[in-house]
Amino acid sequence: MYEFEFEKPSTVAEAVAALADEEAQALGGGQTLIPTLKQRLAMPSKLVSLTGIAGMSGVSGGDGVVSIGGATTHAEVAAAAAGAYPALAALAGQIGDPAVRNRGTIGGSLANNDPAACYPAAALGSGATIMTSTREITADDFFQGLFETALEEGEIITAVRFPVPQKASYQKFLQPASRFALVGVFAAKFTAGVRVAVTGASEEGVFRWNEAEAALDANFAPEALDGLSLDAGGMIADLHGSKEYRAHLVGVMAKRAVAAAG
Amino acid sequence: MPKDNGIGASPKRREDVRFLTGAGNYTDDINVHGQAHVHFLRADVAHATINSIDTSAAEAMPGVVKIFTGADFAEVGGIPCGWGVTDRHGNPQQEPRHPIIADGTIRHVGEIVAAVVADTLEQARDAAEAIELDLGDKPAVVDMAAALGDGSTKVHEDLTSNLCYDWVFGNDDDAAVQAAFDSAAHVTTLELVNNRLVANPMEPRVAIGEYSRGSDEYTLHTTSQNPHVIRLLMCAFVLGLPEHKVRVVAPDVGGGFGSKIFHYAEEAFCTHAAKACGRAVKWTSTRSEAFISDAHGRDHVTKIELALDADNNFTALRTNTLANMGAYLSTFSTSVPSYLHGTLMAGNYKTPIVQVNVKTVFTNTVPVDAYRGAGRPEATFQLERVIDKAARELGADPIALRRQNFITQFPYETPVALTYDTGDYVATMDKLEQVADVAGFAARRAESEAKGKLRGFGVNCYIEACGIAPSNIVGMLGARAGLYDAATVRVNATGTISVFVGAHSHGQGHETSFPQVVAEMIGIDESMVDIVHGDTGRVPFGMGTYGSRSIAVCGSAMVRATEKIIAKAKKIAAHLMEASDADIELKDGQFTVAGTDKSVAWGDVTLTAYVPHNYPLEELEPGLEETAFYDPANFTYPAGAYACEVEVDPDTGKVSIERFSAADDFGNIINPMIVDGQVHGGLGQGIGQALLENAAYDADGQLLSASFMDYAMPRADDVPFYQVDHSCQTPCTHNPLGVKGCGEAGAIGSPPAVVNAVVDALQSAGKDVTHIDMPLSPARVWAAMNG
Ligand SMILES: Cc1cc2nc3c(=O)[nH]c(=O)nc-3n(C[C@H](O)[C@H](O)[C@H](O)COP(=O)(O)OP(=O)(O)OC[C@H]3O[C@@H](n4cnc5c(N)ncnc54)[C@H](O)[C@@H]3O)c2cc1C
Repeated sequence: MYEFEFEKPSTVAEAVAALADEEAQALGGGQTLIPTLKQRLAMPSKLVSLTGIAGMSGVSGGDGVVSIGGATTHAEVAAAAAGAYPALAALAGQIGDPAVRNRGTIGGSLANNDPAACYPAAALGSGATIMTSTREITADDFFQGLFETALEEGEIITAVRFPVPQKASYQKFLQPASRFALVGVFAAKFTAGVRVAVTGASEEGVFRWNEAEAALDANFAPEALDGLSLDAGGMIADLHGSKEYRAHLVGVMAKRAVAAAG
Repeated sequence: MPKDNGIGASPKRREDVRFLTGAGNYTDDINVHGQAHVHFLRADVAHATINSIDTSAAEAMPGVVKIFTGADFAEVGGIPCGWGVTDRHGNPQQEPRHPIIADGTIRHVGEIVAAVVADTLEQARDAAEAIELDLGDKPAVVDMAAALGDGSTKVHEDLTSNLCYDWVFGNDDDAAVQAAFDSAAHVTTLELVNNRLVANPMEPRVAIGEYSRGSDEYTLHTTSQNPHVIRLLMCAFVLGLPEHKVRVVAPDVGGGFGSKIFHYAEEAFCTHAAKACGRAVKWTSTRSEAFISDAHGRDHVTKIELALDADNNFTALRTNTLANMGAYLSTFSTSVPSYLHGTLMAGNYKTPIVQVNVKTVFTNTVPVDAYRGAGRPEATFQLERVIDKAARELGADPIALRRQNFITQFPYETPVALTYDTGDYVATMDKLEQVADVAGFAARRAESEAKGKLRGFGVNCYIEACGIAPSNIVGMLGARAGLYDAATVRVNATGTISVFVGAHSHGQGHETSFPQVVAEMIGIDESMVDIVHGDTGRVPFGMGTYGSRSIAVCGSAMVRATEKIIAKAKKIAAHLMEASDADIELKDGQFTVAGTDKSVAWGDVTLTAYVPHNYPLEELEPGLEETAFYDPANFTYPAGAYACEVEVDPDTGKVSIERFSAADDFGNIINPMIVDGQVHGGLGQGIGQALLENAAYDADGQLLSASFMDYAMPRADDVPFYQVDHSCQTPCTHNPLGVKGCGEAGAIGSPPAVVNAVVDALQSAGKDVTHIDMPLSPARVWAAMNG
């Protein structure tokens, strides 16, 4: 690790001010950032911890919406959202291992937008709104490709508002080594329609599978996806699976998500 | 009533108390006053010429003590290879210099290019970034077949090619072997890969070198399975130091699995640098460094052919293997694909003709050496896979085909140089069929199918040669060391005992099991006995722990030394009781005179040995301490039969292991609980190899799975609860305990059972799949099903 300064502000405004310094970087749970620093792959001058900000962590709900503070840990979401949004809580409970879940935060996960991460699928699949220090961004606008988001320099995710669907499920097929998603599919049925978000598969990062959504709008049942297939062209190929395998798995996991959503 | 003390009892592992409560003393726990830290600048390309290294800016950085490059080690020896294999034409293996720091050429990603010693590790890392390297890229040699092709780039310019040796073993009459195949009723051929693995012990490697100007003595603390071997190799071949001036200590070591047998550059570096810098020098490997600097395992590509007659008797076996050596020859690298592999190709079967052909190849990859099983898993995998394939081709029952070809007469001389002293393969197979509930499989398959899953059953046998080894035999085969072991039994005046053993325990539980033996022999409580290991300053000598040799070889030395102790103690007892030595009996810690009611206790005798007031001083020295060296007469031959049951998800290709059963014959057993644990651990690693682990290189020589993000280690939920049975026991005929060794069996015997089971599952669904290369990842299984 290179040397850096450390600040732990207690308000969002102070955090934004602290992040105004050039080369300052926000620190959530550190589950992605700290390993990066240890490998000397990043050189921030200052880390601004977001975990001491009152109001940035916790799960609250009402009016068909679950709101999660940007610094809320995966473990807390798994526990506290279980009643209001079980599919989301289940997703959080399957991220990494207990140590990761007790440190890692939803804001950090979304800001990082790892193409194999789980939360992006939930946010996109739920049509969530990302609340930041300056604005609100819809999930459809937020994710912009591998490790790319709509966030500006120094912009902080303060909360994420999830509309609660009638039914939903996230089905994750584990990459055998990292146990991130080799492919993960989040399917959610709202009165306004079905949303299906896919993570782990595409070279462009998390995406919505529109054909599946249309088919499921007509009939929210696994069979509705029979015969649908994704073009393997844009899929990720690596040690753990070919493009074709990932394209195939999206179909399998989508059906399982619909079946599990009930 | 199970015993609660001595041989056959299962006391809990006493060392676990300190391991599990944070009281262990691992090398990284040790900090020496005034120590400096070294950071190794490692190559990030696989093959390049070092045009220049400029360390001037780095030397001026804060805290830097000294920076070393290849030039600083030009006068120092290279890392030696401990085994010289003679090729099929009688020529020695090609043996390149293996420098401590790359001297002019980089040959694998991870090779040390420079070493920065500084006050703190962060300062050393900062300075390493200021080193300017001018490299001339060369094409990377990665694929073995291509490496042997005409016109391939050479990994070592000074060698004639990338071939280390071309070796033949067993029946070397090609025409006779071919004739056996020509006259066969059936020939089964299989091409397969034994995947490259990274050992990944929980504790990464660590080394701390110290030098005392006052006494001109060096101390190296290191994570080693065999500190005496490290001292010998480092002193005699690398640094040219007198052995009596060097102490090597391997304190608590958190797993090795073979990867900590070898002498590594970092050990020699820290020892050398301690004197050069005038300070102790410490290095702790990061996990990332471990992936690219610990010796890797396996990495064979094989074509195996099995010939059978019309009655399904095996008539001949022929193999052609390419084995990867990596960029340099690690300590035991050349022995693994040759003598540790070829000698096992007969397996449990009476195949009369066996020919093993092996070409070992240099590539621009991390050196490859012994990993749990070392050669024997590679042999077992090929053989048990080809037998399974033959059974399927012939429509024979895989168990019956094996039984029909079992060796049943012992001793048995194989066509590949070994003499199996004892065994009972029928008994272990009988036991397996019972433990694995073979009869219930059909019902379990029906249940799986009802859930939409495919279920498969796979079986295999294994035999291994453990307890390495008779020194004269391995010497004839090219070993550059003897493979005996040693123990000193020191009895204190009050009767407690320290046994100084050459074996090293790094997870095996020796601190519990070794005392059980001594306690049993004397008839005292095992709490009165401790072992001391891992320190050349305390232990007289030892060849260390690998090849499941500890109890068979070092344990035998300990028995011999204890026998000497007992013989002397009996003389003292005879004197005390005014009887003849020959009439003294020792039982439950009491010496008695046969036919009388006279007795003296163990403690009276030990006290007398050290307070020899009433003592036959003219005939007997005072004191009670004995040493024995033991050189085994033969290898030991643990063997058994394993069965695996898998479920395959046809939608995703995911394999889950539903049952795994093991019936092992380890001969006599000291501590059944520890044996269970050893088998469990081995099975976990074998299943890891079969389903998960894969050290994959790209064409540029970059390791693709260089962290746990991509290198899949088996986790608890990847393995089932095992059914392990070791009640079949044919005691080893040539060592005093009748023991065979159990450390590697699980890793050797499990991969073929897993693959056989998956193939069975896929064929049950009508898929024309005869083989899938390990690891059987979901993607590979799915591709095979849909290929
Ligand atoms: C062993 C392991 C297993 C894992 N498994 C999974 C898995 O299965 N699925 C999965 O989805 N993830 C997994 N992760 C990733 C984990 O979920 C991380 O916690 C997450 O990706 C990053 O969150 P963090 O709070 O730790 O962020 P940090 O590491 O602190 O930060 C990550 C990035 O986000 C920025 N950032 C942090 N918080 C904010 C914020 N509120 N606003 C704006 N920017 C911010 C930081 O500046 C940094 O660039 C795993 C991680 C590990 C170490």
